[in-house]
Amino acid sequence: MPECAEERVPASRAISEMRDDVFPELIDTKPLRRAIDDGLNWVVRNWGDGFESAAYPLLMLLKAIEDLLIATPWWLIMAILVGIAWLATRSWKLPAIVFASLFFLGIMELWKDAMTTMALMISATITAIVVSIPVGVWMSRSLNVRGIITPVLDLMQTLPSFVYLIPTVMIFGPGKIPALIATIVYAAPPLVRLTDLGLRSVDPAVMEASRAFGTNPRQRLFGVQIPLALPTILAGINQTTMMALAMVVIASMIGAGVLGYQVLQGIGRLEVSRGLFAGLGIVALAIVFDRITQSFGKQLQGRIGLAEAR
Amino acid sequence: MNAMAQMIASATDTEDLAIAMRGVTKIFGDAPAEALALLQSGKSKADVQAETNHVVGLDDVSLDIAKGQIFVVMGLSGSGKSTLIRHVNRLIEPTAGEIVVNGSDVLKMSLDQLRTYRRTQVAMVFQKFGLLPHRSVINNVAYGLEVRGVPKAERLKEAAKWIEIVGLSGYEQSRPRQLSGGQQQRVGLARALALDTEIILMDEAFSALDPLIRSGMQDQLIELQKSLGKTILFITHDFDEALKIGNRIAVLKDGAVQQVGAPEDIVLRPANEHIEEFVREVNKARAIHVRSIMERGEHERCEASVSKDARCEDVLPLFAEHQWVGVLDDTGRQIGRVTAKQIIKALARYTPGIN
Repeated sequence: MPECAEERVPASRAISEMRDDVFPELIDTKPLRRAIDDGLNWVVRNWGDGFESAAYPLLMLLKAIEDLLIATPWWLIMAILVGIAWLATRSWKLPAIVFASLFFLGIMELWKDAMTTMALMISATITAIVVSIPVGVWMSRSLNVRGIITPVLDLMQTLPSFVYLIPTVMIFGPGKIPALIATIVYAAPPLVRLTDLGLRSVDPAVMEASRAFGTNPRQRLFGVQIPLALPTILAGINQTTMMALAMVVIASMIGAGVLGYQVLQGIGRLEVSRGLFAGLGIVALAIVFDRITQSFGKQLQGRIGLAEAR
Repeated sequence: MNAMAQMIASATDTEDLAIAMRGVTKIFGDAPAEALALLQSGKSKADVQAETNHVVGLDDVSLDIAKGQIFVVMGLSGSGKSTLIRHVNRLIEPTAGEIVVNGSDVLKMSLDQLRTYRRTQVAMVFQKFGLLPHRSVINNVAYGLEVRGVPKAERLKEAAKWIEIVGLSGYEQSRPRQLSGGQQQRVGLARALALDTEIILMDEAFSALDPLIRSGMQDQLIELQKSLGKTILFITHDFDEALKIGNRIAVLKDGAVQQVGAPEDIVLRPANEHIEEFVREVNKARAIHVRSIMERGEHERCEASVSKDARCEDVLPLFAEHQWVGVLDDTGRQIGRVTAKQIIKALARYTPGIN
């Protein structure tokens, strides 16, 4: 790279010109940046198709859920969600809240967008469950694995989503797949953490008793640890759904449609009402899913006997 | 020295024993080898801990537990008794020593053999019950059988039987948290008994229960042991409990065995000051059997008499009316007699040199 050599500032000169308020330029970072950019371009050129076909099942899942939700008549979806809310609490309060939220979505002409949003959220959650629970189990069994995965999770949660949106959009092109992947990256970590936490905090006395009866690790995992950690795991799933919903505005920027797009349009056209109602629509969906998963968690805790008997 | 003598005396007949422990030592820490060397060179538990920061759990423990006994290991908290019982089913690996159960060396077992051994030969009852909170009582009792691979119908039938024996009929579908502590421990006991193993390990099984319920459970355990003939290794910190249920008692202190013997041996001839302290607190009238202090042999038949299983407290009221009280064996034959004087001597405070 000859042109690169010309641009390079000799280190000695850099230090002599150093002012108090500027961090000294000890190494030249340009080649590094260029290598990363070139590397990514190379990956896109050579492996782009491979990545795309690898992500195809994800797209199929999302499509299937979306088609199903849109094809189902609105009253049936309402009835199903209200019914689930009733099963989760056995009282009229939560079903009434769920009904009101869905009614709001319908009357504000947000129904179809809400269904697309739900599809994105549900498929992200399902994928996160499939990936996160095994990783959480693995983490709970080995301190080394925990030591490696915890910083990765921290990174996934703190890295601004746009940072990894750029490469994913470059690889997959704008559309639903990068939106889904970005949502999964952001929403999966709490489930991994809570699975790990839930499994490790199972009463050691119960685990010891199980061991004393000659159980193998698989029997302990499925017979004792997972059932007892289920409320915590369910709290993780609740977190995942909430974080997936929080991503929809960003996801809509790269072409996922959904409610977030209405928010973006609202900003673009300075239409406060459009942004407001779409935003409230996201809140309504969040309320529905948050309350339903939480109630199931509480019910489960009561059944397992971790909560005090009522 | 004591351990060595025992080792030589019983090395030949490990086959007849349910559990034989030989020189079992456990040191907790990252590098136990160094601490073990120090311990074997004669340093005390406190010295080893100060020098190497390793905790001595067990110090050269050798025990012979015959089949069909209730063998009680008694010690204060921190004496290593819970560590000891966990060596028998190898929930804890010893640093050194040998453990032979029913003729097979537990420490040489592969992981697979160990699981089979735990499923079929030793069942355990825990101080904190260790019940599975998400399962009903009957499924908790059937748990061991389920792990063993017994078909569902059969294991539920077996579980129902044991639930009835421990007196919990009607609670089959309850969850453990709906039961009282005593009831929960009955579930724990039924779960262990349902496995029908020759050996049952009980780790402070009754310590979490209140006194009346505890006494009832002790009676039930003695009854069950009589009818089933199991070998029970029972851990307790309660000397009264040890005297009541134990055929033999080992006293543990700082991970080392202080004395092993029948309850009367320990009460009448405590081996050292530590044990004497326990003995001072105990109700000797309940601990000492009349037969161990009676005048043996053929005497003229006494007007009042008690069975040979009677304890001192049972004969005391009889002395109001009678000079001598006879002791009868199971067939009703008089095998000896006691006077109030003999009883008083046995109950008097232990003073070295007089007994």
